[in-house]
Amino acid sequence: MIRVALAGNPNVGKSTLFNALTGLRQHTGNWAGKTVATARGEYTLEGREYQLVDLPGTYSLAAHSQEEAVARDYIQSGQADGVVVVCDATCLERNLILVLQVLELTGNVLVCVNLLDEAARLGVEVDLPALSQRLGVPVVGTAGARQDGLEELKAAIARLVAADAPAAPRREPQERVTLAERYAAQVVRSREAGRLRRQQRLDRLLTSKSTGIPLMLLLFGLVVWLTVAGANGPSALLTALFARVGTALEGWLAPAPAWLRGVLLDGVYRVTAWVVAVMLPPMAIFFPLFTLLEDLGYLPRVAFVMDHAFQKCRTCGKQCLTMCMSLGCNACGVTGCRIIDSPRERLIAILTSSLVPCNGKFPTLIALIAIFFVGGRTGLLASLEGAALLLGTLVLGVAGTLACSRLLSATVLKGMPSSFALELPPFRKPRVGEVIVRSVLDRTLFVLGRAVAVAAPAGAAIWLMANVTVGEASLLAHCTGALDPFARLFGLDGAILMAFLLGWPANEIVLPVMLMAYLASGSLVEFGDLAALGQLLVQQGWTWVTAVCTMLFSLFHWPCSTTCLTIYKETGSVGWTALAVALPTALGLGLCLTVATAARLLGLG
Amino acid sequence: MYEALCLSALREGESAYVTEVNAGPAMDRRLTDLGLVRGTRVTCVLRSPAGDPCAYLIRGALIALRRADADGVALERQAQPVPAGAVAT
Repeated sequence: MIRVALAGNPNVGKSTLFNALTGLRQHTGNWAGKTVATARGEYTLEGREYQLVDLPGTYSLAAHSQEEAVARDYIQSGQADGVVVVCDATCLERNLILVLQVLELTGNVLVCVNLLDEAARLGVEVDLPALSQRLGVPVVGTAGARQDGLEELKAAIARLVAADAPAAPRREPQERVTLAERYAAQVVRSREAGRLRRQQRLDRLLTSKSTGIPLMLLLFGLVVWLTVAGANGPSALLTALFARVGTALEGWLAPAPAWLRGVLLDGVYRVTAWVVAVMLPPMAIFFPLFTLLEDLGYLPRVAFVMDHAFQKCRTCGKQCLTMCMSLGCNACGVTGCRIIDSPRERLIAILTSSLVPCNGKFPTLIALIAIFFVGGRTGLLASLEGAALLLGTLVLGVAGTLACSRLLSATVLKGMPSSFALELPPFRKPRVGEVIVRSVLDRTLFVLGRAVAVAAPAGAAIWLMANVTVGEASLLAHCTGALDPFARLFGLDGAILMAFLLGWPANEIVLPVMLMAYLASGSLVEFGDLAALGQLLVQQGWTWVTAVCTMLFSLFHWPCSTTCLTIYKETGSVGWTALAVALPTALGLGLCLTVATAARLLGLG
Repeated sequence: MYEALCLSALREGESAYVTEVNAGPAMDRRLTDLGLVRGTRVTCVLRSPAGDPCAYLIRGALIALRRADADGVALERQAQPVPAGAVAT
């Protein structure tokens, strides 16, 4: 098999090219002994097998970071028959610095100038033959989004691996920069700057003092509103559909013994159906919208606008980007912390990652907001109110993250902020089709699949706990009874706390478990409409104080099992993992205690 | 005639040329990787709401730097005599 390495700066469309070349024949994982992701993929051309190794995106091969060391060692090891360096045509000059570095390690190099379409839109043209002549290696052009030039790229790779060119002599860093500048001046032509000016106008609008923060809140508010307002209909449809399937299953399972029917139908099926019905619609709206913002290049602007706050907390502004990932899934946020170079700042970002509510917490938050704070009304105004309150919850999560980061910086992870350089890549026209496919396949179905895998056995376990009686009451009732006095102190009750404990494998099942604990029948009811759900909660003694405390605890409590495992893998330490559990739990309990005590003293609720 | 200043003092829309990079070993390396060396032309393009960080155009790429780091980059308004063959754009 012929092995080819793919190198390049971050944000040059390397992964898109890798996906386009290898399709679904990929394996991802970590480099041996390192927390650096690796992806390998295969393709066949003219009967020969090629393996592409996607090296981490770096600005340099100087081995100052794990990523750089991995990339340099791999190129130097000679394991690859050739190296393709992917460049961004919109800022070729900077990209050429890395090309020159690679050329000092090996001569078997192919330069792929990517994003030619973006460059053309910005009025930038690259003379590829002239560049090839200057560098002394073949150069091909591609337009990542439109998949233009892929066939030429494959053909060029085939020619590349047959060659055996010597490496260039070593140069000083300053020398490389000067050479890159000279080559770029000779091969890059910039025509009109109108597009560029428009980009800068948009940038100024999104980051200036008067409009930056309001626009950020407005954009996130819009995403949240579309999620809240758009999910209701599909959720109700799915609930109705699952109810009908449930009835059919009931008939089909009629001959089975009662306990088996109970476990399978009331336990496994109902909990799983609930998780799918309430999770799928918001996720299927939220993930594509969020991926669209990401694809547009907006998230680095958010990090730019928010950086000052992180600087005050003595952490890295890139933590804002990992928080955005946590919004989808906390475990993804934890892995995402690899983009932070300083170990101290990375650890802070990991320890605070679960303070941002993940998608799995949305259904609980949305339901409680709708029942207790929007008063069960529907319509445009109600959905706007609901979205505003959910956005407020998100803002509280951000505030919690900043406060805890500052606390960690002042105590166990003392230190000053390290140097920080964040690239703001040009805004790109979002590839809507690809965004939808990628966000549905990679994110929505992945997260949903994991939730369902947890919900099914959890459903069976909860049913058993609710139906196996010890003495007078069920096992579940014994547990909730034991937890009750403690939970009351924090404005919760035994069933709520029990639901959070049993919901450790996945936040999505917290609400269904809570309802099971409340219902004497010991199985999940159908509650398509929120009014019935609200009535049930009020009957159980819920007031708005209970709702506030449950929402606060939902926002701030221990990370789910997947996130805990990921934190352990990334930090390699039981101690740090324990702190990552203790920190949000203490914050949540503290806030709940404050609210509950204040309400009691003021005679509210 | 030229005026000496540092990167953090550059106002939005202004450009100048780097004379010295002295922002600590780690940051110096990072800036070199990004192509910010002696003689490089930088333009301050964006100022964040708090005024810190700012985003600078460095060799065609927009890079956000904090004030503390930008303080370590000395500039002058006029281009220095450029090395033979190099073209300052």
